[in-house]
Parts: sequence; structure tokens; C-alpha cells
Amino acid sequence: MSDAGPWGPERRAQTALLVATIADLLAGCRHVAVGQQSPIPGTAALLARRESAGRLRVSVLDSDRLSSFTNGASELFDCAAEGRIDAFFLSGGQIDGRANVNLVGTGAYPRSDVRWSGSFGSAFLYFIVPRVILFREEHSRRVLVEKVDFVSAPGTSPPGVYRPGGPHALVTPLALFRFDRAAARFRLESVHPGRTLAEVLEHTGFAFDYAARPAVTATPGAARLAAMRDVVREEVAEIYPRFAARLLDGAG
Amino acid sequence: MAEVVGTLDALVADIGAGAVLAVPKDYSGVAMAATRALLRRGVRGLHVVGVPTCGIQVDILVGAGVVATVETSAVTLGECGPAPRFGAAVRAGTVRVLDATCPAIHNALLASEKGLPFIPIRGVIGSDLLAHRADWQVVENPFRPGDRVVVLPAIRPDFALFHAPLADRLGNVWIGRKRELMTLAHASAATLVTVEEISDANLLDDPVRSPATIPDLYVTRVAAAPRGAAPLGMTGCYAADGAAIERYARMARTAEGFAAFLEEWMAAG
Repeated sequence: MSDAGPWGPERRAQTALLVATIADLLAGCRHVAVGQQSPIPGTAALLARRESAGRLRVSVLDSDRLSSFTNGASELFDCAAEGRIDAFFLSGGQIDGRANVNLVGTGAYPRSDVRWSGSFGSAFLYFIVPRVILFREEHSRRVLVEKVDFVSAPGTSPPGVYRPGGPHALVTPLALFRFDRAAARFRLESVHPGRTLAEVLEHTGFAFDYAARPAVTATPGAARLAAMRDVVREEVAEIYPRFAARLLDGAG
Repeated sequence: MAEVVGTLDALVADIGAGAVLAVPKDYSGVAMAATRALLRRGVRGLHVVGVPTCGIQVDILVGAGVVATVETSAVTLGECGPAPRFGAAVRAGTVRVLDATCPAIHNALLASEKGLPFIPIRGVIGSDLLAHRADWQVVENPFRPGDRVVVLPAIRPDFALFHAPLADRLGNVWIGRKRELMTLAHASAATLVTVEEISDANLLDDPVRSPATIPDLYVTRVAAAPRGAAPLGMTGCYAADGAAIERYARMARTAEGFAAFLEEWMAAG
């Protein structure tokens, strides 16, 4: 699962845009949980917390300071099951047009051509958490596929399956999509500044709905960028030191 | 009463071929030093349960060829990516994988703790995990017709093996916030623990520590192993050695690189 390019001013600006976009998707939430190895969603959640004037609680898995869980590794899932978590983030080696997520591998199962880590908590949290935000730093046809090779967690469920939660949006370096659960389809919400609809169409392997002239994703202003840098310096650096150093370099 | 033993070889002496061995995720205290002792024993055919995920420890065991089955929600090297020897063994078909999801592992241990044969879990319906787990079933909620629920058999490990900050001479083990280790000890037939330090005081006499202490009732053996989780971290004691894990990830990409790593790692302790 390759990543975005080398760290320079361009990647820093792109990262700031992704952080701001995800933070906006958390509006109105009371409690956001962040999983492991999620520096951009984690930064977004901590920025949203700062902007919420104390209304938003953020729980970062496996952080002693940024989590108040005391009942061990199962508490995140119990907390979600009790309806106490409003938003969570998922990624995928593959994500398809019905928002199915594959964290297991490509090709036939079980002897996958490329084997990824595994499904983690996705097969539970995707059903339970009301607002699941899909995030991937690679926007390509090998990631955004028509149909995933393995469904770690399905994007939608038939009537009769207990499903208070599910996919809310998909954020990539090119665009922001919203997911329409009734139609089981993504709709292009906005294209990031400097990107085009043609580019999004070219690099997306699934069909989605879009306007002929899609909106442009809002760029964070100077004040928000300053707040973001404070969050990264004061909070993110503790959990993702390498990410924080790269993001702050030359802008700290 | 738990036995406090003087060597890691004595700690793991009963783990035999085919044993069901449960280990915690990287954050919760992984007994890396004891894993070396396990490999020295020449054990084979292990059924490893990662609670609810696992990492470098299980990748090394798989690479060394001593694991028949991996039952877990993920095998990951964290920032250093997927686990290379696990991936290679999956491709080669030399390891059986029972792919799960985190709360399924937690629930199945909870069932064992309570002596229940099975336990329900929400979600999972429509996931390919279910299609590939012959032991997971979908039943109807007897209290609400039409409501389908997945049920999982209890997981009863033969051994739990983990690392904690502190134990006492009686074998009481302080785990802090890592409460899943309490459930794991309750659920397992035997619990083997390495610790940073062994205290002369009875941990249960301290009202602040005692609620986060596994009583010796559930502990089989304890051994001191300072820095016993390295290169992984131990909360409050030391951080993970990112460079060492990155180096492992690089070396373990090939069978030859892994063999070189293993030789060096086994010689180091």
C-alpha cells in the first residue's frame, strides 16, 4: 500500500487540506475515536476538538494520554456498541464503489497474492459507528476498485441486519466523496484545489455520481493553519513524532 | 499459587507441539525475550491467537516455521507495514489463517472466562470473514424474531504468554490499564508472564494497584525479564525501538534476510 510522494511544501499543503477536510466532516460529533497508524485523521480529530471549544472528546487507541479508556483493548468496541462513539476512520487496501473495504489482501483467499495485515475491528465498527470516514492517501485504480477482492467489512447491509452505522464520506488526495447509503453509491462532493473532475474520473476504478462542474474543496485559511500547527506541535507529536516533524518542517 | 521461576526456559517449559498460545497486541506487553526461549525449545505446530492483533513476535514465530495456525484480526508491524514472513507463509500456503475481527477475539475470550460455549457479536454479517469461518454461525435472536446475530465459539487458550511491568513473589501481576490481560488470564488454562521487576511487597496489599492486578490464582509462572518486551515498548518503562523494528521489516522481506536476523536475534539473548 504505497503512499503519497516525498515531503516538501506541496505535500505539506496537501496534508493540511486533508486534515481540514476531515475535521469539517466531524462537525457536531461528541466523541471521535482514532485507530492506530492514522496520523492525518488523528490530527483532524484533534484539530476539531480544539475548534469545538471542549465539546468534542477524542480517544486515540493505544495512547495513554489521548485516551481515557481503562478497560483494556476491548473498551473501544464496547464503547462503540453502547452508542458512545459518533465517528471513526477506516482505510483499505481496496475500497469499492459500494464502500466495501478490503484489509486482507488481493487475489484469491486465503492464499492472497498480496497479503495485508487483516481486518482489525472493521467488521464490527463499520456496522456500529454512525459516521465512518474512509480515508486513503493513494487515489488510484488499484485502490479505488469496482469490486474488492475480499470484503473485510461491507459498505451496506440488507434490511434486517442490525446496522446503526456505516460509511459517511471518502477522503483522498484528489477529492471528497459522500456516500449515499440508500443508493449504495458515492457522490463526488468536491474536488481539491488544483485537481480536476477529469483527473478524478481517470484515477477512480468505480462509477460514482457527480455534477458537471463539481465544487472545489475549501482551503484552510491562515488562522486555521496556525491552529493546526499548534495541535501538531502540542498533541500530535506525542503519538506520531515522525509525522509531526515532517509536517512542521519549515513551517513550525 | 504461581511459581516464580529463575529462567525463561523454565517459564515456557510446558508449551508443547500444537499448543494454543494466546499473545497480546504490541501495545499491551509482548513477551519477546520469552519468545526466544520458546524457539530454543524447538516447539512446533503452534496455534497462535493474537489478542486481538499481533506483530513482530508472531511474524518471527511464523518465519521460524513453528506456527501451524494464526488466529487473529491482524498481523502488523505498525508504521513499518504488514508482517513480511506472515505474508510469505500465507502466499506459500504453509500457515492456516483464521481471520477474525478485534471484538470477536475479545468476545470469544469473554465466553471462555464465563464458561459459556459461545457468545454473540453484532456486525460481521456480509463480511467475507464469516464465509471463511466454518466455526462462526448466524442464528436468530430468540428474543426478537427476524434479528440475525453471529455467534462465535469460546476461545480457550492452553497458554497465555505476555509481559507486564511488575509482579510480586507470590505471582500477583500488575497490568495497569491493560485489562484485556485479566480476561485473557481468566480465559486461559495456564498463564505465563514475564515482568520488568519483581517486588518484595504483596501487590494486593496496595489498594491503588490491586484492582489492576491479576491475582496469583490465575497465574501459572512468572519470570523476571528486564526489557523483556524489546524491541517493542512497555508502557511507563520504555518506548518501542522503531529503528530495530524497521530493520527487522527490511531483513525479513526475504527468507535469507530473515534467517540472518533470526540467527543474530537468537544469539543476542
